[in-house]
Amino acid sequence: MFRTAVRNVLAHKARLLMTTLAVLLGVAFVSGTLVFTDTISSAYHKGSEKGFEHVDVAVQPTSGASGTPGEAPALRQELLDETAALPGVDSAIGAVSGFTALADRDGELVGDGWSTRGANHYAGADGADPRYPMAEGRAPQRAGEIAIDARTAERTGYEVGDTARLSVDGPVREETVTGVFTTDDGNVAAGGTLVLFDTATAQDLFAAPGEFTEIALSAASGTSQGELERAVSAMLPDTAEAVTGQHLADEQARAIEAEMSGMQTGLLVFAGIALFVGVFIIANTFTMLVAQRTKELALLRAVGASRRQVTRSVLVEATVVGLVAGVGGMLAGIGIAAGLRGLLNASGALLPDGPLEVTTGAIVASLVVGVGVTVLAAWLPARRAAKIPPVAAMSSVHATASTRGLVVRNVIGSVLVAAGAALVFLGTGMEAETAKFPMGLGGMLMIVGVFVLTPLLSRPLIAAAAPLLRVFGVSGKLARQNAVRNPRRTAATASALMIGLTLITGMTVVAGSAQKGIEKLAADALKADYTISMATYTPLSPEVQRTLAEDERVTAISPLRNSPAEIEGDTEYLTGVNGADIGELTDLDFAAGSFSGLSGDAAVVDRKTAEQHDWRLGSTIPVTYEDGARGELTVSGIYEGNEMIRGIMLDTATLDPHLQRVDAMQILVKTEDGPSEAVQSALERELGDNPALLVQSKQDVTEDIASMFTLMLNILYGLLAMAVIVAVLGVVNTLAMSVFERSQEIGMLRAIGLDRRAVKRMVRLESVVIALFGGVMGLGLGVFFGWAAGEMISGSLATYELVLPWGRMGLFLALAAVVGVLAALWPARRAARLNMLAAIKAE
Amino acid sequence: MTTSTHFGAPATAPAGDAAASATGLSKVYGAGETQVVALDQVSVEFRRGEFTAIMGPSGSGKSTLMHCMAGLDTVSGGSARIGDTELTTLKEKKLTQLRRDKIGFIFQAFNLLPTLNALENITLPLDIAGRKADRAWLDRVVETVGLSGRLKHRPSELSGGQQQRVAVARALASQPEIIFGDEPTGNLDSRSGAEVLGFLRNSVRELNQTVVIVTHDPVAASYADRVVFLADGRIVDDMTAPTAEKVLERMKGFDAKGRTS
Repeated sequence: MFRTAVRNVLAHKARLLMTTLAVLLGVAFVSGTLVFTDTISSAYHKGSEKGFEHVDVAVQPTSGASGTPGEAPALRQELLDETAALPGVDSAIGAVSGFTALADRDGELVGDGWSTRGANHYAGADGADPRYPMAEGRAPQRAGEIAIDARTAERTGYEVGDTARLSVDGPVREETVTGVFTTDDGNVAAGGTLVLFDTATAQDLFAAPGEFTEIALSAASGTSQGELERAVSAMLPDTAEAVTGQHLADEQARAIEAEMSGMQTGLLVFAGIALFVGVFIIANTFTMLVAQRTKELALLRAVGASRRQVTRSVLVEATVVGLVAGVGGMLAGIGIAAGLRGLLNASGALLPDGPLEVTTGAIVASLVVGVGVTVLAAWLPARRAAKIPPVAAMSSVHATASTRGLVVRNVIGSVLVAAGAALVFLGTGMEAETAKFPMGLGGMLMIVGVFVLTPLLSRPLIAAAAPLLRVFGVSGKLARQNAVRNPRRTAATASALMIGLTLITGMTVVAGSAQKGIEKLAADALKADYTISMATYTPLSPEVQRTLAEDERVTAISPLRNSPAEIEGDTEYLTGVNGADIGELTDLDFAAGSFSGLSGDAAVVDRKTAEQHDWRLGSTIPVTYEDGARGELTVSGIYEGNEMIRGIMLDTATLDPHLQRVDAMQILVKTEDGPSEAVQSALERELGDNPALLVQSKQDVTEDIASMFTLMLNILYGLLAMAVIVAVLGVVNTLAMSVFERSQEIGMLRAIGLDRRAVKRMVRLESVVIALFGGVMGLGLGVFFGWAAGEMISGSLATYELVLPWGRMGLFLALAAVVGVLAALWPARRAARLNMLAAIKAE
Repeated sequence: MTTSTHFGAPATAPAGDAAASATGLSKVYGAGETQVVALDQVSVEFRRGEFTAIMGPSGSGKSTLMHCMAGLDTVSGGSARIGDTELTTLKEKKLTQLRRDKIGFIFQAFNLLPTLNALENITLPLDIAGRKADRAWLDRVVETVGLSGRLKHRPSELSGGQQQRVAVARALASQPEIIFGDEPTGNLDSRSGAEVLGFLRNSVRELNQTVVIVTHDPVAASYADRVVFLADGRIVDDMTAPTAEKVLERMKGFDAKGRTS
């Protein structure tokens, strides 16, 4: 039987081609993901190990050790000196670092903003810092001097002696590049930029004079990391702790691993979707092959093969297909991983270098997935093959599916859809967290249910297309009838496309609605003309506010400061605002009181927080500020909070004395004549045309949000494209099989006068009809899920409202039609080229 | 024209009188050692309003002759005409149109589209051409083949004989120049076969149709006005007013000879 199975695979190479390709693509996605993430992960790993080469023991502030909320205890110069003097310490480096934006020669921000860092160059006894060996020039020694890493120098073209523009917390700084250094810093290896200042300047910028964020010790020879760690720990105050370099490296490796595994899981979900779609195609193909081979299989049964042997022979075929696809997919995946890295590097996302990591795990996973999915999908057709009675070998008619089968199927499908819909409806009435489970389960049930029901749905839905098809004459009529001829086959083919389109549509609906909701939120809550913030949303220096306040066109201005405080045992965030102007800048509904007189110990609170603490107008709030000082605030207003503005607001004059660093998350500005391009660019100019600073009007904010959503959607579309491509293969497969099965009919049509073009059109229209059928179902389900998910979201986003992206939906439907046309290219050509005489004679 | 009983030598009949004709028609498969001559300089014509049967042993080239003359297959040499139209020089598209408008076909099997009902199958060539069916003619055709009550039935709901009658009606519906039948009764029991052949003969007698069938059944051939015998790619005999006995007698000779070659 094994030989028969292998012979069958070889005999039906062409017919199994699309199936193999479908599995292959899914497997390639899986293995590509695994190889890519393994490669990047291992490169980061090596990088982080290198990065900690100079650190045997690091002294860090103890997390959460300070008595007051939010404050990180500082590591002072004295501590550095003390640790440096310990026996077994070869050298000690005080490190301080923070966000630093660097502009390139055109004034544009280098890097994505998040990984642009600044740090100190800690000059040792010889004036050098072992972490940052200078490749050119010398280290920065005083304010106004910087050194940049070699990769950044190469990227920006800055050379020693050039003046570079940068910004740490708002104001523009112009500094002279005195050196270019090389480094094993993990952040730089991952494509970030690193700017070095002299230690005093860096302390000014990122901490306070004489303070460090970390002390790195290297052990004298003969002293192990563990020994040194114990020695250092013994002398440290409670506010600091010592960890070994190895520990830090491991920790970073773990963090990288966690991040990469998150990304891996995310990508594998999409690979899973592509494979799920592939299952439909495999099942469809084997069903068709079994049907075509009814006589052959019956003959096998007639000459004595048992049912089990017949089942096994089909499964062996599936295994062979799965193996071929698994191996091919694995190789393709390795290629994809290599290509992807090159592509990402070329597009500016610098990934660490390193050899391609092809682990045994990835190889095994590819093969298991390939064979597993194929065999699983071929299971039902294989069982059906075994049920063919030996007598079928004698009869001339193909065994057709009984209508009873469809009745049972329709009942099961209806029950599934009803149960799924009920669960989803149930979920819409719940809180977001608890709704996830019923919604997810309901969604799954509905998709499966609709799939089960597609044969039933195919007739009325495709009949609805009849008026359109009539335009195409006989070809259109025949195409419509061919499409509903085998409802199961059409259903499986259309369902494959439906899955992709359901997800695409659902995500588009949710993203579009959420975008509208957030835009509305951003626009409705504010009266300010502009908001000013760092491009990375890191804190802004008060200097920015001072500069802006000097402009005479500015009529109202307020920072939004954030400071943690302890209130009635909870940590709450206090928002410091300019009490005099804030009423002009925000548009909040007050349930009681108002912004007026927001000064001294007055504070306004959002309704939810007030209810939680049972505060009313005039209530007294006991506060422990971040510096540990105690005070009392009086509620002078209760407002309706939203996702942008909530919590306790008080005047900056009250808050500022308690702050370690006076900075703002955002600055709100209102100008005389409202927003205009001229004023906006004037403000930007006053702030030194700083690329790291965002001066945004409401419209800019809206556009920003839109572009963020567009980017996110495009990534999702890209990931779902694979599922659609696999579905296209399915349509090609079904059509090719149909053309093969109907070759006699097509031959007859050609003989009685249907020309080649009309035959082609007939196949193409059938393809388009099937694709549109899948598209319409996908759109319907997608909109439903989009609505349901929105109901869940609207609980936490009050301004959320369902927006149906009609234009996009039309586009998706058009895309489905294009898919149909493309999928039909090859089968239609085959149909048109059929040799009439051979087709008619063939029996 | 209705009952043409005058027969001349095949190659010398006036051209205007022929619904289809072949002159020096050759069909060769393969080349060199494996070359097979299926048709060897065949000249024949089928007169209007006549029912002709082509007979011959297996491999004699009778189906090939029909396919070449019906524009279903290409020729290696010579000429084939439908009416005044030369087929051998026609482009694919024109040839398809010619088949659609001028020729009716009845095959041994797979004549009908399972998705269309009987009436839709009958009007299929007209639909393809985008022409409206001549209602009166259609009614007459349907009545002639006795399908009046079954027009809404799908092929799967019809018997084999009824299916072939639908095929006959389809061939007649577009009033073609000529109808070619390739073993039209090959898959039928003798009673259904007799019915179908009867309808074909009626269409010649009553509707003035021209019909050519390929058959290996002497009884089927006996319905024809004329029988053309083929052997080894050549016309070897031409019989008018055939009877089953006469045809069988003639075939026996070929069979004996055919076995030896």
